[in-house]
Amino acid sequence: MATFKVNSVEHTLDIEPDMPLLWAIRDELGMTGTKFGCGIANCGACTVHVNGSSVRSCVTPVSAVEGQEITTIEGLAIAAAGTNSSTPDLTAVQQAWIDHQIPQCGYCQSGMVMAVSSFLASNPNPTDAEIDASITNICRCGSYPRVRKAIRALANV
Amino acid sequence: MKMNRRRFILASAIAGGGVLIGYSATRPSRHRRANEELVQGPERFISSFIKIDPSNDITIYIPHSEMGQGIHTSLSMMAADELDAAWEDVIIEQAPAIDLFANGDLVKGFAGEFGVPSFLMGLVNVSSFSVAELMNLQTTGGSTSIRYTGEYAMRTAGAAAREMLIAAAANRWSVSSTELTTELSYVQHNASGRSLSFGELAADAALLEPPENPSLKDRSQFNIMGRAISRNDIPAKVDGSAMYGLDAHSDDMLYAAIKLTPVFGTKLLSVDASEALAQRGVKRVIELEDSVAVVADNYWRAKKALELVNATFEESEFDKVSSTDIAARFDRELAESNGSTDKEVGDAEAALEESADVIEASYRVPYLAHAAMEPMNCTVHIQGDHADMWTSTQDALGMRGRVASVAGLPEENVTFHQTYCGGGYGRRLPFNWNMIDHATLIAKEFDVPVKTIFSREDDMQQDYYRPAVHNNFKAAFDANNKVIAWHSRFTGPIQVPGASHIAYDIENQSIRVVDGDSHVPIAAWRSVDHSQQTFFIESFMDEIAHRVGMNPYQMRMDLLQEHPRHRKVLEVAAEAAGYGQNLPDGHALGIAVQESFGSFVAEIAEVSMGEENQPIVHKVTCAVDCGWAVNPDTVEAQIESGIIFGLTAAMYGEITIENGRVAQGNFPDYEMVRMATSPEIEVHIVESGEALGGLGEPATPPIAAAVTNAIYILTGQRVRELPIKNHDFSRSNPVAQV
Repeated sequence: MATFKVNSVEHTLDIEPDMPLLWAIRDELGMTGTKFGCGIANCGACTVHVNGSSVRSCVTPVSAVEGQEITTIEGLAIAAAGTNSSTPDLTAVQQAWIDHQIPQCGYCQSGMVMAVSSFLASNPNPTDAEIDASITNICRCGSYPRVRKAIRALANV
Repeated sequence: MKMNRRRFILASAIAGGGVLIGYSATRPSRHRRANEELVQGPERFISSFIKIDPSNDITIYIPHSEMGQGIHTSLSMMAADELDAAWEDVIIEQAPAIDLFANGDLVKGFAGEFGVPSFLMGLVNVSSFSVAELMNLQTTGGSTSIRYTGEYAMRTAGAAAREMLIAAAANRWSVSSTELTTELSYVQHNASGRSLSFGELAADAALLEPPENPSLKDRSQFNIMGRAISRNDIPAKVDGSAMYGLDAHSDDMLYAAIKLTPVFGTKLLSVDASEALAQRGVKRVIELEDSVAVVADNYWRAKKALELVNATFEESEFDKVSSTDIAARFDRELAESNGSTDKEVGDAEAALEESADVIEASYRVPYLAHAAMEPMNCTVHIQGDHADMWTSTQDALGMRGRVASVAGLPEENVTFHQTYCGGGYGRRLPFNWNMIDHATLIAKEFDVPVKTIFSREDDMQQDYYRPAVHNNFKAAFDANNKVIAWHSRFTGPIQVPGASHIAYDIENQSIRVVDGDSHVPIAAWRSVDHSQQTFFIESFMDEIAHRVGMNPYQMRMDLLQEHPRHRKVLEVAAEAAGYGQNLPDGHALGIAVQESFGSFVAEIAEVSMGEENQPIVHKVTCAVDCGWAVNPDTVEAQIESGIIFGLTAAMYGEITIENGRVAQGNFPDYEMVRMATSPEIEVHIVESGEALGGLGEPATPPIAAAVTNAIYILTGQRVRELPIKNHDFSRSNPVAQV
């Protein structure tokens, strides 16, 4: 049995403790916003938040998140708005992704948005070097210049 | 535009709720069907579709896959502008995968003018040009959507629909059409102050005969085209709601993990699956001709159990083949075979013979994988004589046809559920069938949906690769250092005719191709032959310039006197990049230019050498002449994307063969440009006003040579083999930038 909260909803699943969180979320819970990219925590497409911190869910066994609070891309705006908000809008990061027209194929962008969201939460005004060191997600369409512009714009708010 | 109303619909939903104004040019069957089911269409148009509801919702159906190139938005802009629709009234829909919405006619209609688009070469018997095979397509590739479907179908459809709406209003009011104007989804009669919405006129308009030659707008009349309009697919891509093929889901779904023969072309011999079958959730182990699959109730369980399957594959003549062997074979072909003519001008052999001054160089590039971020996958659900399917694809109808063929069903009994595509780059085109075939064969064994997924390793090792190519060059100079001969010998196959040709004015040219086959399967890879050939040509041109002490930019300008569009993008890029001006210490600029897919692109890379003696690309300045820009922000995004895609290949890209199989497995072995290694990119759109060019691919070819030409200045080392990461630049001997 594995028990954890996803986007504020508690789930108890009869699954193996070593099942990666990614496949619990996708195949067991049917939530598909979190993507499978590499399976070895290299590309970041599967990034979710565990207690607000970015985690690559494809190598995180569900046993490691027992009782924890997990946020996926689907729940990001709700988590950011807090429990009092009944109509969550987009987060500032998500809105910046639209304003800067960042996603192309978009497949990596759930993970990119999650990674940047927790990064900016802990470091609201990062240097370029800090961005380079922390945002290591792969975007095959090459949205990096726009991601950098969006992060800078968000930092200046 | 009504953002949140995007939905993927099925054919049955089209007829209701509005009037569809559709066109079919060349197929009577489609024309009749359109007449019967939907509307009348004239004979000269290609499939293009506009539906107008009484409430003035204007739905535009796009017969191309959205894979990040912004095609849903750009093509809708083209139709909506000619229609004089208010953009806010436009709803963008993916056209369903039924033959009524095929875009293969487009190929037939315009092949005579432009030649067969390269991405379809595999589908065509070129000698007989049997276009019948092209009819049932909904292909997205070859940077063709805007310049063919957009220019010849969407704009014409919009303009024709507008004229029909005007005619309907003229009838209603008993006035002449010439007294009527259109604006923001309304037809107006200015003399009487009357107006009617398109929605109020659509039913009447649909009964009219479409005009033979609807007049298109001049660029000065555009209201929507030319504006940087936000893409309609982006909101769903920031909140997790965008659906890709991999996201097909149902509660009773099963998941397949598959192990294909690691040596291409060999067969499965035997399987011991006893341990796998005992694992939790495992339903079946399925043996196919060249593979074994484990089907379970969760992908992770299937994949884990697959690792317990002991599979033996047959031995083959390729078991010992390595990249070194393939390279030696290519070199042998180049040395021994005369090959076949690609292009001959003058007598290059004689000019080389007579010249006292000849330069020679040999270039090579490796096989490359596509490595789309969404690993290959396909979900198939077969129930009796019907099947449903989901897969991210560059050709929905092609995939539907393939599943039908493998499942033994009539095509119309297969329902294709369209999704966004998590990267294509050529991998998801027809003929790269391995995922589709295996997923269908596996699903045939079940009556519930089965989703087959390639792991990243499968995706990398079971791709259809960008061909490895070797290219040997010679050039000859006369006594005045003028280049008088260009001699190129390269390994094939030629996937895009003309990529090895040069725009440079050199009076004697001999370009020939020799056999470059191996057991490694190949396919189109973003920009196809241009990705290799532009690296070769633009590097060797740079060698020629340095050899005679000429500035590489000036040499190109001198040899491109008859090519104003090349010259203009070179000029604009050079000016913007500060070419010839002072640079930061230790920085150098490399330059390259290429025409491909109807667009002209010059790129200038600003590079320095890092502490580890590896190049750092700081900035890329690009000038692109794509005729004019339908959606300027999308143009810039495609240029940025193409440059980074090409830079990844130049810096890191390498698929090698060991023991007959692909050596690389996942991203650590096949590295990508990331945030830290991504340059600043500055894009300048040069609007020549010429015919529209493609944009998905043309930015990719020049970047490799732009970077390596800068590296030469910084280190004195000429990079003649990619990727750059394999070179040791520790003994640098900088060259003065001329």
